[in-house]
Amino acid sequence: MTTHSEDHYYVPHGSHWPVVGSVGLLFLMVGVSSWLNGAGAGFYIMLTGVAVLVFMITGWFAEVIRESQKGLYNDQVDKSFRQGMFWFIFSEVMFFAAFFGALFYARNMSVPWLGGDSNNFFTNLLLWEGYESTWPTDGPGGIGGEYEAMGPFGLPLINTALLLTSSITVTIAHHALLAGKRMRLSIFLAATFVLGFIFVYMQGVEYVEAYQHYNLKLTTGIYGSTFFMLTGFHGMHVTIGAIMLTIIFFRVLKGHFSPDHHFAFEAVAWYWHFVDVVWVGLYVFVYWM
Amino acid sequence: MSSTVADALDHEHDDHGPTKGIGRWLFSTNHKDIGTMYLIFSLTMFFIGGAMAMVIRSELAVPGLQFVHPEFFNSMTTMHALIMVFGAVMPAFVGLANWMIPLMIGAPDMALPRMNNWSFWILPVAFGILLSTLLMPGGAPASGWTMYPPLVLQTGDAFPFLIFSVHLMGISSIMGAINVIVTIINMRAPDMSLLKMPMFVWMWLITAYLLIAVMPVLAGAVTMLLTDQFFGTSFFLAAGGGDPVMFQHIFWFFGHPEVYIMILPAFGVVSEIIPTFSRKKLFGHDSMVYAGSSIAFLSFIVWAHHMFTVGMPLTGQMFFMFATMLIAVPTGVKVFNWVATMWRGAMTFETPMLFSLGFVFLFTIGGFSGLMLAIAPADIQYHDTYFVVAHFHYVLVPGSVFAIMAGAYYWLPKWTGHMYNETLGKAHFWLSTIFVNLTFFPMHFLGLAGMPRRIPDYSTQFADFNTIASIGAFGFGLSQLIFVWIVVTAWRGEKATDRVWEGSHGLEWTVPSPAPWHTFTTPPKARIAQEAFE
Repeated sequence: MTTHSEDHYYVPHGSHWPVVGSVGLLFLMVGVSSWLNGAGAGFYIMLTGVAVLVFMITGWFAEVIRESQKGLYNDQVDKSFRQGMFWFIFSEVMFFAAFFGALFYARNMSVPWLGGDSNNFFTNLLLWEGYESTWPTDGPGGIGGEYEAMGPFGLPLINTALLLTSSITVTIAHHALLAGKRMRLSIFLAATFVLGFIFVYMQGVEYVEAYQHYNLKLTTGIYGSTFFMLTGFHGMHVTIGAIMLTIIFFRVLKGHFSPDHHFAFEAVAWYWHFVDVVWVGLYVFVYWM
Repeated sequence: MSSTVADALDHEHDDHGPTKGIGRWLFSTNHKDIGTMYLIFSLTMFFIGGAMAMVIRSELAVPGLQFVHPEFFNSMTTMHALIMVFGAVMPAFVGLANWMIPLMIGAPDMALPRMNNWSFWILPVAFGILLSTLLMPGGAPASGWTMYPPLVLQTGDAFPFLIFSVHLMGISSIMGAINVIVTIINMRAPDMSLLKMPMFVWMWLITAYLLIAVMPVLAGAVTMLLTDQFFGTSFFLAAGGGDPVMFQHIFWFFGHPEVYIMILPAFGVVSEIIPTFSRKKLFGHDSMVYAGSSIAFLSFIVWAHHMFTVGMPLTGQMFFMFATMLIAVPTGVKVFNWVATMWRGAMTFETPMLFSLGFVFLFTIGGFSGLMLAIAPADIQYHDTYFVVAHFHYVLVPGSVFAIMAGAYYWLPKWTGHMYNETLGKAHFWLSTIFVNLTFFPMHFLGLAGMPRRIPDYSTQFADFNTIASIGAFGFGLSQLIFVWIVVTAWRGEKATDRVWEGSHGLEWTVPSPAPWHTFTTPPKARIAQEAFE
């Protein structure tokens, strides 16, 4: 009974990856900052940081995967990982909440106030005479010049369909994994990340369209700011999610994961549902309403 | 009992003890080593931030400009705040959490030990970057720690470094908080139900939740500053349809829970100490949990009380005023419970207890001045005066910092295996208490008389109180050197027993002093019931 795994805690040995990660972050942050300040070397320092971070992430995950395959992780460790992932996703939700908050504030407060709403009659009269509040807007100063807004139909609608479908395919893959049907698992997992990468590509097409034909840019007042920051950060998360799904796909091909031991798969699936839900919020509040 | 713990060490692990050399600290996955690093880092930052406070108080000791350029003065107030908040107080509590939570809940370590290491090692990078801005063209950030635009956009080369160091602090805090929550939820000894958890653990659970909820919001806010500055977005630009006030809303949505992040663990620490030295069970254990949770909930809906004068609809002012005043209720429950714990207790006054009592009295003063500031019409008079400075220093210095000191003295024998010098500890307490009041109490009068904050010079009618405050500040700063001496010599004192204090209860007091490098390799089932107060 004393050596039963439930009765013994697992504590991993020391690791040099966190410190490597800190060095990577140092180079990355100092590099980006110097680059933004106009120092040419900053760009290369930043690239060094990125390289170190990629090296760290690859190495750290490889080590964890090796340990997991050796069966070092008991149920308690599995639970810790799951809970950790849940709270990480919660922190991501709160990050997006800040930008959604900015969008709601602009639409319901600052833009109407600039147009003279509430007790801001004189703000409008003396500072921005003639400005009528509307949404979308590039503000009373017309920052960024004439533009056209991005409607909800066409590309964004296709993108919505793509992401929602990918959420279904990943769920089918999950059920296949639980049922031990590896072929089905691989096919639907592959479908999921392919849909993900198509989404990212389409988003790129949409951005090119926006910049070239609509004159809709990051600099197009508060509309352009919220549009590109929200969809941009979302697109970044989709890209990360799709890369993670791809890695999971190759792990499936290598025979990793079993019906009762597949934390990494579930973590990435949760993450994928999270980017999906954020997109629904985006579609409704950024494109549609 | 101690031998069973020691004997049970490390059947299954490859490390049987700490590795030699610097690798022990760089690559550590041990909660005690990481806790120690957090605490040492925090103490270092406490003195760096403290030195900046001394620059501020030197300049303000007499009217007129004598020592520093006004721009540098503003850098000092900004950096002092950022360093004390993110570098001293928060890491100190994380250090205490690292050391004590696994011991208190019967866990072998934190749930995610490697991530724990990374949370710590990001901090030196973050603060290295922040401190390096002192040497940059345009100087260190001088906009106040709140980083309001458009002022903060006038920062020189330091600007992106400021933003990214804040990002790093956030990443570190979030990872630390995830670790704390998962440890508490998943690593508790089997017999320890949630409501049986020690109060320090409970308060940290709530704090960790707050951290995960609001640090990303701060990251979002400073990211908007960055894109407004470098990429032409209009978040805080009225001409583009944005609003500088929007930054204040987003910032304080983070900022108000942040102040509870700095005080809830303090509540936890004193809730451990007061029962020990009163030799009584904590009065109203469950009500403490509910009060802490209520404070956490309310902290999300009071943020605009920091911005009453900036302009907002009347209904907004009313809502934020009443919601803020509501916080006095759960906080009152807590203060009442501490006093009720002491009621008819067999009290003794060792250094940890003295600091805890100081906390109860002086934090309450800060709480009352907070209540005054919550009243919207009155706040129009108090806003951005020294009254506000007095208020938040009362809750942070004899509040959070005193609780950290109390915790350090309380658990130091468990960490080192030796008793610290009690006489010096008491001297440290009394000098700190006298000087902290000498520093901050006159600031109430200065504020009510109209002295604005963040100003390097002032009208002559404020001279006397400022001189008193500066004397107090230097006295307080020097008194902290006693603490360093006590910690450094703590390894020379008499041997501590496992129990350390006569009235102490909890799992952490059943393991040897100093606590072995690995504490529990199997869940300590039997000891939970025995440690519970009847």
